[in-house]
Amino acid sequence: MALQSLDIKQRSATTTPAPSVRKTAEVAKLIDVSACIGCKACQAACMEWNDIRDEVGINYGVYDNPVDLTAKSWTVMRFAEVEEKGRLEWLIRKDGCMHCGDPGCLKACPAPGAIVQYANGIVDFHEENCIGCGYCVTGCPFNIPRISKEDSKAYKCTLCSDRVAVGQAPACAKACPTGAIQFGSKEDMKDYAAKRIGDLKERGFDKAGLYDPAGVGGTHVLYVLHHADRPQLYNGLPADPGISPLVSLWKGMAKPLASLALGAVALGSLFHYVMKGPNEVSKETEKEVEKEGSQ
Amino acid sequence: MIRDPKDLQRYTPQERANHWVVGISFILLALSGLAFFHPAFYPLTYLFGGGTWARILHPYIGVFMAFFFVLMFLRFRKLNAMTKTDKEWLSRIGEMVDGDDHNMPEQGKYNGGQKAMFWASVVCMVLLVVSGVLIWRAQFSPPLELVRFGAVVHAVAGAAMIALIMIHVYAAIWVKGTIRAMWYGTVTRAWAKQHHRAWYREMTGK
Ligand code: HEM
Ligand code: SF4
Ligand code: SF4
Repeated sequence: MALQSLDIKQRSATTTPAPSVRKTAEVAKLIDVSACIGCKACQAACMEWNDIRDEVGINYGVYDNPVDLTAKSWTVMRFAEVEEKGRLEWLIRKDGCMHCGDPGCLKACPAPGAIVQYANGIVDFHEENCIGCGYCVTGCPFNIPRISKEDSKAYKCTLCSDRVAVGQAPACAKACPTGAIQFGSKEDMKDYAAKRIGDLKERGFDKAGLYDPAGVGGTHVLYVLHHADRPQLYNGLPADPGISPLVSLWKGMAKPLASLALGAVALGSLFHYVMKGPNEVSKETEKEVEKEGSQ
Repeated sequence: MIRDPKDLQRYTPQERANHWVVGISFILLALSGLAFFHPAFYPLTYLFGGGTWARILHPYIGVFMAFFFVLMFLRFRKLNAMTKTDKEWLSRIGEMVDGDDHNMPEQGKYNGGQKAMFWASVVCMVLLVVSGVLIWRAQFSPPLELVRFGAVVHAVAGAAMIALIMIHVYAAIWVKGTIRAMWYGTVTRAWAKQHHRAWYREMTGK
């Protein structure tokens, strides 16, 4: 979805600067997992604001509903039951796009302008430019984008880029009844998180901390975790996410170099022809063959 | 078409048709593939009706090409078995490239370079088909790490095969009297004697 156009930091498959005259402050959404009660008001608000209704699915015997992200469900509460120090802990994580500082999806996308990153840090898919190749799925370290079965376009959370562009908080943050979802400048969110983490530590969660993984250049969706030392507890949140080395290899310097090499082969052939001349049948051989023929 | 009754038949109509089907599919695949390879080539998608069409068509053309490539492989694989003379020819390829082929070892229907080209394309094609299926999101969804690996292999093998075929085409242009072999199947006796003397003897008994 696209609205802003003057503050684009990065644009997929584009080698020249994108329009970037307008500077905006970096924003972030802070998800305080310790304050989430799993009511899914945010899921409902997301559907409502974006005006998308997923098909009614089936119950898989767990609270997760739908059971996974889809092209029509951009955020999903993931419930994990974990035993810690002999006590049951219900860890509920709101899953969705992390709006990475260094987005693997954008790096992998071959279609110019199908993915953009705004100066405020939001990573947005522009579906009208999307060709449906699924490279973004290959590039994302968090397994977020989903290709629609109906139109073959890639969809994911926009961080309500349309609301943020006009100074509003994302719909999920507005709807959360416990204040577990906060929205503001990234700096403010970090300060807020520090207070929450201090609180948690006082309550005995001495490993509480902020999830803002450096491996993807930091994110614009932050988690406060009671067990920041083991993010995997929260339904497999990666401990040290980063763009896969295979993706970096695939999308790195090798490609422009290979393109140049192909150009060199083409030009090399031309110059070989021009400098060495064509390889023609010699007059001598022609005469020999003629003689043989008349014998 | 018979231009001169003395010309030598090098390819049957079936072989020529097979080669052209593979050749045309390859060009379409290279153009659509390059479009995704690097943004500099993205405008090539317009040849196919836009990015989405290029994305849809490429893998189907790939499967089509793979089928005819297998047929062509079966037709030509025996003729491309490497011999000791081929290896010697290859070790002296510099002289050939330099434009002086007078002292090159005598060659049969194909020279060492052509055979090396044949086997290199076979390897690339196998890699492209396997990796192409792995990254075909519209049809399959293998484990992510495998898709990532497939993407690297497909890009490398695609670029390598495009380079190989550019050399293949240039060689045909460079060696005068060669391209007609793929148009109407025949070559002149003098061409055969100069470039593939052992084959010339075999065909003419001279
Ligand atoms: C059975 C054979 C093949 C299959 C199934 C296949 C499939 C694919 C798929 C699925 C893609 C991703 C874009 C898309 O979704 O359309 C792709 C990209 C590509 N293909 Fe193929 N392909 C095949 C053969 C070939 C051949 C023979 C070439 C040789 C030139 C080629 C060159 C490329 C290139 C250069 C790319 C871009 C890779 C990148 O983005 O890094 N493909 N192919
Ligand atoms: S599916 Fe769309 S957004 Fe994803 S990489 Fe392909 S063109 Fe880009
Ligand atoms: S989480 Fe995935 S989809 Fe979201 S910005 Fe990061 S790489 Fe892109």
